[in-house]
Amino acid sequence: MTKVTMTVNGKPVSGEVEGRTLLASFLRDGLGLTGTHIGCDTSQCGACVVHVDGVAVKSCTTLALDVADRAITTIEGMANADGSLSVLQQAFQDNHGLQCGFCTPGMVMTAAALLADNPKPTEAEVRAGLEGNICRCTGYHNIVKAVLAASGQDVAAVAAE
Amino acid sequence: MPKDGGIGASTKRREDIRFLTGKGRYTADINLRGQAYACFARSQVAHGRINGIDTAAAKALPGVLAVMTGADFAAMGGNPAGWLVQSRGGETMKEPKRPVLAHGKVRHVGDAYAVVVAETLEQARDAAAAIEADITELPAIVNMAQAVADATNRVHDEIENNVCFDWGWIEDNRAAVDAAFKAAPHVTTLKLVNNRLVPNAMEPRASIGDYDSGTGDYKLYTTSQNPHLTRLLIAAFVMGIPENKLTVISPDVGGGFGSKIYHYGEEAAVLAAAKALNRPVKWVADRSESFMSDAHGRDHETTIQLATDLQGNFLALRTETLANVGAYLSNFATVTPTFLHGTLMAGPYKTPLIYVNVKAVFTNTAPVDAYRGAGRPEATYSLERVIDKMCRELKLDPVAVRRLNFIAPDQFPYTTPVGLVYDTGNYGATLARLVQIGDLKGFEARRAASARRGKLRGLGLSTWIEACGIAPSALVGALGARVGLFDVATVRVNATGNISVMVGAHSHGQGHETVFAQIVSDRLGVPASSIDIVHGDTSKIPFGMGSYGSRSLAVCGSAIVKAVDKVIAKGKKIAAHMLEVAEADIAFEDGMFSVPGSNKAKTFGEIAFSAYVPHNYPLETLEPGLEETAFYDPANFTYPAGAYACEVEVDPDTGRVEVASFACADDFGNVMNPMIVNGQVHGGVAQGIGQALLEAAVYDGNGQLLTGSYMDYAMPRADDLPMFTVDHSCNTPCTHNPLGAKGCGEAGAIGSPPAVVNAVIDALQRGGHSNVTHIDMPLTPARVWAAING
Ligand code: FES
Ligand code: FES
Repeated sequence: MTKVTMTVNGKPVSGEVEGRTLLASFLRDGLGLTGTHIGCDTSQCGACVVHVDGVAVKSCTTLALDVADRAITTIEGMANADGSLSVLQQAFQDNHGLQCGFCTPGMVMTAAALLADNPKPTEAEVRAGLEGNICRCTGYHNIVKAVLAASGQDVAAVAAE
Repeated sequence: MPKDGGIGASTKRREDIRFLTGKGRYTADINLRGQAYACFARSQVAHGRINGIDTAAAKALPGVLAVMTGADFAAMGGNPAGWLVQSRGGETMKEPKRPVLAHGKVRHVGDAYAVVVAETLEQARDAAAAIEADITELPAIVNMAQAVADATNRVHDEIENNVCFDWGWIEDNRAAVDAAFKAAPHVTTLKLVNNRLVPNAMEPRASIGDYDSGTGDYKLYTTSQNPHLTRLLIAAFVMGIPENKLTVISPDVGGGFGSKIYHYGEEAAVLAAAKALNRPVKWVADRSESFMSDAHGRDHETTIQLATDLQGNFLALRTETLANVGAYLSNFATVTPTFLHGTLMAGPYKTPLIYVNVKAVFTNTAPVDAYRGAGRPEATYSLERVIDKMCRELKLDPVAVRRLNFIAPDQFPYTTPVGLVYDTGNYGATLARLVQIGDLKGFEARRAASARRGKLRGLGLSTWIEACGIAPSALVGALGARVGLFDVATVRVNATGNISVMVGAHSHGQGHETVFAQIVSDRLGVPASSIDIVHGDTSKIPFGMGSYGSRSLAVCGSAIVKAVDKVIAKGKKIAAHMLEVAEADIAFEDGMFSVPGSNKAKTFGEIAFSAYVPHNYPLETLEPGLEETAFYDPANFTYPAGAYACEVEVDPDTGRVEVASFACADDFGNVMNPMIVNGQVHGGVAQGIGQALLEAAVYDGNGQLLTGSYMDYAMPRADDLPMFTVDHSCNTPCTHNPLGAKGCGEAGAIGSPPAVVNAVIDALQRGGHSNVTHIDMPLTPARVWAAING
């Protein structure tokens, strides 16, 4: 066991981990931050996405020791300081961009990084950007709408319904 | 106009707040004090005889607390099939015992034969790998036709030819159907495969067993769509413990789509281990285990024949199907290919004569059971594909042919030749709406534009119906069901006027917490914010049959309405006493009990308070308190229906299919929350497009699962799908439930696959490949390219 320290959602944290301990396990089991989900064992589904120094990373294939002293943001750190939903989170609720909620933390983290890189993405860019995140519930329609809406674009015309 | 936040409003979902902030509580998120970890040893061969399992090395490893094998569970009961199907000759189906852990034989890759419990997950995994199983491999039975033809090699030694049942529906109609075929001017024949799918809810299954040695109470946290059914199966059938000594809790569940209806052996194993060790035992499947051991879906091989006249009038229909049930009968495995499939072969059409034959076949593959739509997608696919083929053979317009054969709006209630009574519908209206919203008239221009870019464009239709709102208990009982299929709600009004509603339906993405509160708010006139929906805990809810078969609203929603009406009725009695008038003089509207034409009135809150502080109360005739429970058993199935249009572009050089547009005009009856209904359709259509173009669970000849991860099993991703056009403005309310609701959860997955495949065939035919009349799903680039170049 080795001691690891890092910043998670703005707070310094530390814990004992093995060399093989994954960041996802450290967050979930070590810190009790169970908003980060594990949906696969082949780094394919994106349920586990967190930010490491602002970059979207799959925490199921990241060793906790490899991100020592880095700044991690998880879904628990995405709301506004007063606890209200961030613009992106609010857009997910407004546009019904989630159903069972299991893929949602990873979707929000991936989408947040996408918007940081590309503040006014096209629909095709959003779809390409979310390609590493699987959602079985929504058919992506409302997730794509939510991300476009969060970027300030008018989504009323995106699809007739 | 809907009342604000009431029925018909697109109220935003209250559950979203916790899911969006990482505060959802799924089973894997729960950790109990002192818990140990379970890991299952699973068969790597598809079929084999267990000669012995040596656990000594595993037991000696550090941290190992227990190793249990199939032998340790041999005295327990089997996990039963929920439905007994009769064969054509009248004999009852074969029901082999499904043990908690494999015993004697392993029957599919992933069949668990031992469980290790250890202090840590890593230790449990290491020990599971150290178990030495002496298994003599037997030839794998994978192909259904071979399984039926093989007299010696058997999945279950006692079951000849691996046939579970040979079902005819309706057997008495068979001769008349055959005679109609002999006399028919035209017969269209199509052989097709309804591809095997893995449901793939994004949350893998997980279970935590807990036992209180002081009280003898068991508690199971598990990823279930129906905690009471799981409790019943474990208590009464498998473990033989009193139902009142077992609590089953399904907290937030990350999708189900059918795969979490069933009781699985892991649930009993963690409960038994928890008792043996006197500490909680937790198991969380990894995705590979889910692929191997979750119940799969579909997997039919069908020959369908449609007899018509030369104008396209349907004269008779018959089908022969081999349905894979896998290695063991999962709980709904026998009803899915029969009463949820054969009874739907009329579709929305007035075909006078229909006969359906289904043989259910055991194979050395994972159990196959209901997956979103369950039997109805298989029926719809066969029917809508053969109609499409017939239209091409006779050069008829697929829209006109469907119109010609629709049951007319004035024919309801309509008794089909396959045993259902449709209460209401208007299939011409949804088709007309589809022509509009899908701009079918503009297709030719779009096709020409695609052609200029070197792409073949095609248009495919599907007009579907389903039977859901499952199900009338007496009817299903007569057909072989072992359970009733009512649902239950308790409306508990607290003294301070806020309300808890305990419901038997289970939400794993459907948004019940929001929608059910809308319904109660609408009827009681109290703000939705003061209403809480409680689900997923057998210790809090009176009873319930859970969520599947698009039943939550039609069945549990109706129970809620009944319970609310009882609350109102009791409230009127209290109000009459307080206002000193006759009960009949009290009206209730918008949260107010009043005497019309007077200024006498009591608010709902005042009545609730009086019920709990009964100082001025008719105590001689009325009990205090304001809490009512209702059980609702539906009088009939509900029959949502709709019309779907898909446009595809095929790249003739690569065979790649792109879905250019997808439009849905549905009739769901009355809609409670349009936003949520649209979302359900989107998700269902995405799964249907996945089935049509991408997904397939594939076993090789040795029974090895070739598609055991997301590297090999193609899930629809954001860039595989278009935006969808959905509409549910043409609605004919259900005639027999108080909400007029039909259900919408499965629609998209039922209606969409044939629309996609019809569109691809249309594209190829229009592109000059007139020899291509069918391609089996999934229509991968390789298959489409081969068809073009074949
Ligand atoms: S859990 Fe990390 S990609 Fe699936
Ligand atoms: S909301 Fe359920 S998987 Fe995306």
